[in-house]
Amino acid sequence: MFDILAIASRNLLRYRRRTLLTLLLIVIGMVAVLLFIAVAGSFKSMMVGQITDSVLGHVQVHRKGYVASIDSLPLNLNMRPNMLARLADELDGNPAIAAWSPRIKFGGMYSNFAETTSIRINGIDPAREAATVPLLPGRLAEGDRKAALVERGQIVIPQLLARGMKSQLGDTVVVVATNKDGSVNGKTFVVRGILEPISGPGGRDGYIHIEDARELLRMGEEQVSEIVVRLKDFSRIAQTGAQLKAAVEGLTNKEGKPMLEVHDWTQLSPFANIAKMIDLMTLFIKIVLVSIVLVSVMNVMIMAVFERIREIGTIAAIGTPPSRILSLFLAEGLMLGLVGTLAGVALSLAGIFAINVWQPTFDFGMQKGLVMAPAIAAGDVLTIAVLVLVVAVIASLQPAWKASRMDPIGALRHV
Amino acid sequence: MSLVTASGLTKTYRAGDIDVPAIKGIGFAIAPASFVAFVGPSGSGKSTLLNMIGCLDHPTSGTLKVLDTDIATLDRKAAAKFRGEHIGFVFQDFNLIPVLTVFENIEYPLRMVQEWPKDKRREQVLRMLEAVGMADQADKRPDQISGGQKQRVAVARALVSNPKLVLADEPTANLDHDTAYRILELMKKMRDEFRTTFVFSTHDAKIMGEAETTFILEDGRLSQGGSHV
Repeated sequence: MFDILAIASRNLLRYRRRTLLTLLLIVIGMVAVLLFIAVAGSFKSMMVGQITDSVLGHVQVHRKGYVASIDSLPLNLNMRPNMLARLADELDGNPAIAAWSPRIKFGGMYSNFAETTSIRINGIDPAREAATVPLLPGRLAEGDRKAALVERGQIVIPQLLARGMKSQLGDTVVVVATNKDGSVNGKTFVVRGILEPISGPGGRDGYIHIEDARELLRMGEEQVSEIVVRLKDFSRIAQTGAQLKAAVEGLTNKEGKPMLEVHDWTQLSPFANIAKMIDLMTLFIKIVLVSIVLVSVMNVMIMAVFERIREIGTIAAIGTPPSRILSLFLAEGLMLGLVGTLAGVALSLAGIFAINVWQPTFDFGMQKGLVMAPAIAAGDVLTIAVLVLVVAVIASLQPAWKASRMDPIGALRHV
Repeated sequence: MSLVTASGLTKTYRAGDIDVPAIKGIGFAIAPASFVAFVGPSGSGKSTLLNMIGCLDHPTSGTLKVLDTDIATLDRKAAAKFRGEHIGFVFQDFNLIPVLTVFENIEYPLRMVQEWPKDKRREQVLRMLEAVGMADQADKRPDQISGGQKQRVAVARALVSNPKLVLADEPTANLDHDTAYRILELMKKMRDEFRTTFVFSTHDAKIMGEAETTFILEDGRLSQGGSHV
């Protein structure tokens, strides 16, 4: 094998310019793919992290029909205390769950005594919320990030609302809401924090304490609109989410019908479609890479066979087995792929390192000045490297087969 | 006992709808360790005959045995194996591999065809380099040596695996007369030293005088030194 690789290397060096151009194509293709995977993958991870860790959580549980309800924040589809108790037992007993947080969600009116506007409110348990969506306190543009997100009588409002209503920290405001029976109630709050915006649902929500929400809505019992769940291992969301769904949807009412429904973040956020598009673009760029390697290696190998017909005739005449002639040309393709892969991986990793040192920023929707921090998993690098090597060998197969099947007499006569 | 025997040997090529006979029912025998020339003008069938003896081509009819093996029975793979084990080739254009040095060109059949161990290979190649007087050129590439030197290397490559038979198709055609004679002398010397049978073809009447046995081919038939069916 070493002999074959050694001769293959010499043959590649015979046409240096052509070999270098082919290698350059492979390297450019690899660098483009690996950098794209690193940048797009990191962007995707960062955005998914922002959305799940500051608003949506990994998985949400609602009363059956809540998400599909024609009302945006229906109060008549809250979970009742008995449902909540059974669900809490299920969640507390699940080792895959890191934390969970109950929310009461409703729409209301926000007034600074001079102007009034609409607002979406989340009534939360601050400790549980911080454990379930740990990036939420970090979104406080104004207000103490280290203290509890909200105490009783406090409200955290989105930046957009604060600007529009000219609200500042410490201002007293009124929130008015209608409960499910149509009864209107109001309560005063002190603005405790102002949240920077985030793209997607929930990015413009305000937060109050869950007990204040119950008081405002005059709830006679401990109802909640949704339970937000944080998993221990986000990468296993498909498996864990499915198990959780089966377990939670197994909780039935007296009629034996499921009481609750489970959705993971991809079913709740439009960003999931952008994430899917990134995956699709990654696949597309991989196909482009395969095409580049396939066409460039096949081209160079077809030329190599065509230019060395007499040489092939000579080695065939002196008894080189057809399988060895095949190996000689396959080895040339493999060497091209191998050198291209090594150079491509080295340049890509250097590029990723350089971007991380440079730390360029970008804006995405409402979020400004996001720092690009590309990273690539060893598995992705390995997959692309193996892909290039396999495609390089496949591209060499037809020319190598042709060389191995060549009639020695015809080849020796070739001019 | 003969090394090569042929009887009623014919070879016909098909050119479009026409059959073109290249060898027309000839018979001959070649003894071991002999120095044989097939002589004739261009198109007389010399190369076709050498190709068949070298298991590169099959006869259309008749029998051709090399080392008691009927070459018509060998398929592509078996023919390659047979050539690698028993036959050496010297070509008119030398056909050295340009990316390999003189040493590596001679080593090639031992390395890529017979897979000799490295130490044994080196010993044998050095022996052949000495035998053909190219020991001081071992590290040069083919494009760095003269035509005569290339043919010496080709002779060494043909002999390196100790074949019973070396076939040389017009080995002196691209060489000047002095060099051509020196190559023939070298081949004879190799025959004496290694007891290898040399069969070569030529259309040069002066060169044919160097052979110990001469077969003259004219239009696919032997006019001297063989038999006809």
